[in-house]
Amino acid sequence: MGSPATLLLLLTLLTAVAGRPATAEPLAADVSSHLIAITTGFTGSDVVLFGSTDGPGDVVVLVRGPEGRATVRRKDRVAGFWINVQSVVFDRVPAFFAIAANRDVTMFTSPALRLREQLGTQFLRFDTRTVVPPRTAEVFREALLRNKQAEGLYAEQPSAVRFLGERLFRANIRFPANVPTGTYTVDVLLVRDGDVVAAQATPLVISKIGVGAEISDVAHRYAAIYGLVAVVAAAMAGWLAGIIFRRA
Amino acid sequence: MTVYLPIAEISVSIFLLIGLGAGVGFLGGVFGVGGGFLMTPFLMFIGIPPAVAVASTANQVIAGAVTSAYSHWRRRTIDLRMAWIVVAGGFVGSLAGVGIFGLLRRFGQIDLFISLSYVVLLGTVGVLMAVEATRTFLRQRRPSGARRRLHEHFWMHGLPFKMRFPRSRLYISVLMPLTLSFAVGLLSGVMGVGGGFVMVPAMIYLLGMPTQVVPGTAQVQIVFVAASATLLQAIQHQTVDALLAFILLTGGVVGSHFGSVMSQRLRGEQLRGLLALLLLAVAGKLLFDLTVTPDDAFSISLPMRR
Repeated sequence: MGSPATLLLLLTLLTAVAGRPATAEPLAADVSSHLIAITTGFTGSDVVLFGSTDGPGDVVVLVRGPEGRATVRRKDRVAGFWINVQSVVFDRVPAFFAIAANRDVTMFTSPALRLREQLGTQFLRFDTRTVVPPRTAEVFREALLRNKQAEGLYAEQPSAVRFLGERLFRANIRFPANVPTGTYTVDVLLVRDGDVVAAQATPLVISKIGVGAEISDVAHRYAAIYGLVAVVAAAMAGWLAGIIFRRA
Repeated sequence: MTVYLPIAEISVSIFLLIGLGAGVGFLGGVFGVGGGFLMTPFLMFIGIPPAVAVASTANQVIAGAVTSAYSHWRRRTIDLRMAWIVVAGGFVGSLAGVGIFGLLRRFGQIDLFISLSYVVLLGTVGVLMAVEATRTFLRQRRPSGARRRLHEHFWMHGLPFKMRFPRSRLYISVLMPLTLSFAVGLLSGVMGVGGGFVMVPAMIYLLGMPTQVVPGTAQVQIVFVAASATLLQAIQHQTVDALLAFILLTGGVVGSHFGSVMSQRLRGEQLRGLLALLLLAVAGKLLFDLTVTPDDAFSISLPMRR
């Protein structure tokens, strides 16, 4: 017992389990709800994130929606009409992105860290599907960010994280009415001396609930049956109306 | 009170939708048309995505068409043989229409195409109706006594595959109704309209069918063509919002009933003049929207889910 090899193995195991070698629980956080239900009258929702740190430091919260493909199209005036003339397809575009911190992120992080951890909408990495000249890709990337921000789906909230005393913090995450459904991740980072010393990821599910959700689900999963039901329902309604309004 | 439309993915006031259904249904009842060609532009104006507007209108059109086809069936004013021919042509047409729809959607041109099609269609029909209404109005005081022939013979009547239609007292090439109904099916697939406003005059003036069997036969075709367009859109693009269609048709059946009651008391040419103005106004608004400079020249479209 107590040979250096065993000790090393134990240490490695511990490190693997803990993720980051540090003192006990440098960061703990959770959200008030892990499921956001979009019902018929959904007008957006707030989720409260709360947590604690083991000492001073800055907290950054990143919320990311499911990634997917997005096509950005450019309109131009052709013979007096505005029509789509050019398009660029991006892959791995998060449907939703929000960043919140206890103060301006640029005050406590280096540009290199911001780039690495994607701290901010301008640092989001998504690739063009086909080879596009860099200048064009940049213009379309900016347009994608601008459109997403205008829709409220990409948001930066510099001071949304509030510290209550030295160790406890809370943050309000706002999800707008048009929030896309899917599995989200909420990443909480603890930054100390310009480096990330602890991180925690929490899943969050946004899904449609109720009649609307079922209609949409059936429409995509059993498209033929859905179409048939839609046709028969309309025909029945018309036939019924014919009987009701028939002159005796 | 708003309702969340699951396929259009927006919340709209339910009263606005019922009112829209009733209003378009009323106009349809007054003028004896389905009204699908007014429904799609109005849905686009209230913010429904054009692709969803087209597919859901096709769904909603079925109800009104069944109501009138049923009443014609009871009055035996349908040429069944002709009906099956035009249903077959219309089915193939709607198949092609939905195919074109998908192709344009892939290239990001579907919204433009729908708007432009409506500008051309509503503009043409509007101008024709305005001219016709004005002419009727001017001619009123001097009625002409001469009776016109049933139909004129021209090159179309020389086509092969002649077929007898006893109910319509016709002996014409089957290619004529097939081509015609194919074109109307295309319109249904791409624009969501039933196509009655094209089919009825074409049956009278091009095919030479007797007027009393025309509306019933056209309605049978509309039922099946709108049904196949709905089904195909649902399968290929998942753009049929059944909830939207159902709310619209609830208002629509009531509106069209009162519209048809009203039509017996109102003067035709003045109403037709008004409808012509309405069509031209809608076409003008669509045209204006296409030419006005957008806030942002760039737009995002997400892939079709699946």
